[in-house]
Amino acid sequence: MKKSLFLAALLMSLMFILAACGSGEASEEESADDTATEESADDTAEEESMVEEGSEDESASSEGSGPAVMGGVNEDDEQIVGEGSSTVFPILNVLVEDFNAEHGVPVELGGNGTGTGFSALIDGSAQFANASRPISEEEDQQLSDEDIDYTEVLIATDGLTVAVNPENDFVDYLTFEELHTIFSGEASSWSDVRDDFPDEAISVYGPDQSHGTFDFFNEEVMDEEGVDAELIQDTNQVVSSVIGDPNSIGFFGYAFYVENQDNLNAVPIQGPDSEEAVEPTFENVMSFDYPLARPLYSYVATEALENNETLHTFWEFVIVNSADAAEAVGYVPLEEEAIQEEYDKLPNS
Amino acid sequence: MQLIDKSVIAGKRSGRLALNNSMKWAFFLCTTVGLVVLVTLIVDTLMDAVGYLDWDFLTSFSSARVESAGFYGAVIGSLWLMVVTVPAAIFLSVATALYLEEYAPKNRLTDFIKINVSNLAGVPSVVFGLLGLAIFVRAMAMGNSVLAAGLTLALMILPVIVVSSQEAIRSVPSSVREASIGMGATKWQTVSRIILPAAIPGIITGIILAISRAIGETAPLVVIGVPTTLLVTPDGVLDSFQAMPMQIYAWIKMPQEEFQYLAAAGIIVLLAILLLMNSVAIFIRYKFSQRY
Repeated sequence: MKKSLFLAALLMSLMFILAACGSGEASEEESADDTATEESADDTAEEESMVEEGSEDESASSEGSGPAVMGGVNEDDEQIVGEGSSTVFPILNVLVEDFNAEHGVPVELGGNGTGTGFSALIDGSAQFANASRPISEEEDQQLSDEDIDYTEVLIATDGLTVAVNPENDFVDYLTFEELHTIFSGEASSWSDVRDDFPDEAISVYGPDQSHGTFDFFNEEVMDEEGVDAELIQDTNQVVSSVIGDPNSIGFFGYAFYVENQDNLNAVPIQGPDSEEAVEPTFENVMSFDYPLARPLYSYVATEALENNETLHTFWEFVIVNSADAAEAVGYVPLEEEAIQEEYDKLPNS
Repeated sequence: MQLIDKSVIAGKRSGRLALNNSMKWAFFLCTTVGLVVLVTLIVDTLMDAVGYLDWDFLTSFSSARVESAGFYGAVIGSLWLMVVTVPAAIFLSVATALYLEEYAPKNRLTDFIKINVSNLAGVPSVVFGLLGLAIFVRAMAMGNSVLAAGLTLALMILPVIVVSSQEAIRSVPSSVREASIGMGATKWQTVSRIILPAAIPGIITGIILAISRAIGETAPLVVIGVPTTLLVTPDGVLDSFQAMPMQIYAWIKMPQEEFQYLAAAGIIVLLAILLLMNSVAIFIRYKFSQRY
């Protein structure tokens, strides 16, 4: 009898210790929670006021018709959930944080991939799906099977950057055709790419199939034939491979280039219908003169936008502040008219 | 009379002694390889983490801005996750092991089940994630909640605990078992008062290994769709949550270099919490090995 009591007591105490770990934190949580939000509110207060000034200026100049956050938040509204591309994630992450600081509504945001985002939108577990590529026909079909209408919103622009090692001084520009030769594995040395390039072995890197960046490059440059290169899951590893190998070439998102521009040479790209090569600069990406500029999207369930006031307000907030957020994390913002255009896509609540 | 020819023995002895000595050093070298790698990893991570590992890091939520980014939501989320996973996994797997070893008839079906349970231990974690997504998240409509993820991880670590518990139960001497039954004890009395207490140290070893795996697991959580940004902590098991490995993974993928250091700081916190949980388990194991 005694032994079984002792055993039961020990097992119970194990459970209690574990449970206490959780609930103890949970009760502390509230107070810690308050201070945390207060702190972050302080942090963002300055930026907020700047943002507000900015939007006031704008609305003043365009006689009050410019994009602005008009709606309010409603405590009874369903929890806002977003899922999708890890490329779009950093921008939305900034906006989710600022929205929470300003309106006190914590939005749930995942960055588990464009495909994951669409399946969450389809099964209704998310109200918006971020995507680093346009929606596919199949996904569109699945959404209409479920009777889910969506609103496509552009958030920012990314310039897919092709870069070489800084020691490489012979690559002055590349055409789409030459990129195709390099990334299809046809070229084993640089002289196979263009005759006046030196006869040095070429090593080719890129992010793997889990990235929208791969899909975009595969579609735009490779005509869906696939990429024959060393494909790496972590984009940071692609960057460090190019930095570490003088004969290498690789591609990745603009933000990764901006972070490492002292150690990389971005290659100007000549588009298929163009006579001149364009450098991936902020202005060229923004104006889409750069041939590998690509829009970043979010797909928002229209019904949720109409019925969930908080979600509608959140999207007003996202569009109005998208430019600042994009720049803060190394992306290129939309042009001003484009922001107005996206704002007008939101249904009137 | 000389019974032993010393020269014959000496001739064979030197070879054996040399082998004996060289095996000792071979084993020692193998141990050091593991240790050196581990220490290098920890030191390397610590060097990156220094300067980012402070009180603010532990008390603020994750953020897109390096200066204000913290680990709070992830730590609380992972603790919630363990509150679901650990009891569920322990209960299910110890019960399974007891049934298989003590109650199940010894026939082909039981053998088949035993083999499959051990094979389950080798199934990649992402497969368990897909299982959790289909059953808990979708079919049972739990969403990406603590409960759904916790049960998925519990299923994932189940085979590890079952196998080690089976081993521990089997190693209880049958004389003790027979003595108990001979004294008129029922099966349940024997199991609860004799076998389980004697097997607990072995069972806990399995639990330690399993929890260490569960707390650092990322793949199933990615599949289930655990959010990477959530500025609240869960209030109950049906709320969604953040987890430490997910947060570390998200930081590693960021283009800005500073996030790599935040990830290192996160790894150190994860290791510290893991050690803390394991030391509780080791303490319990110690208590039981003392008694039986």
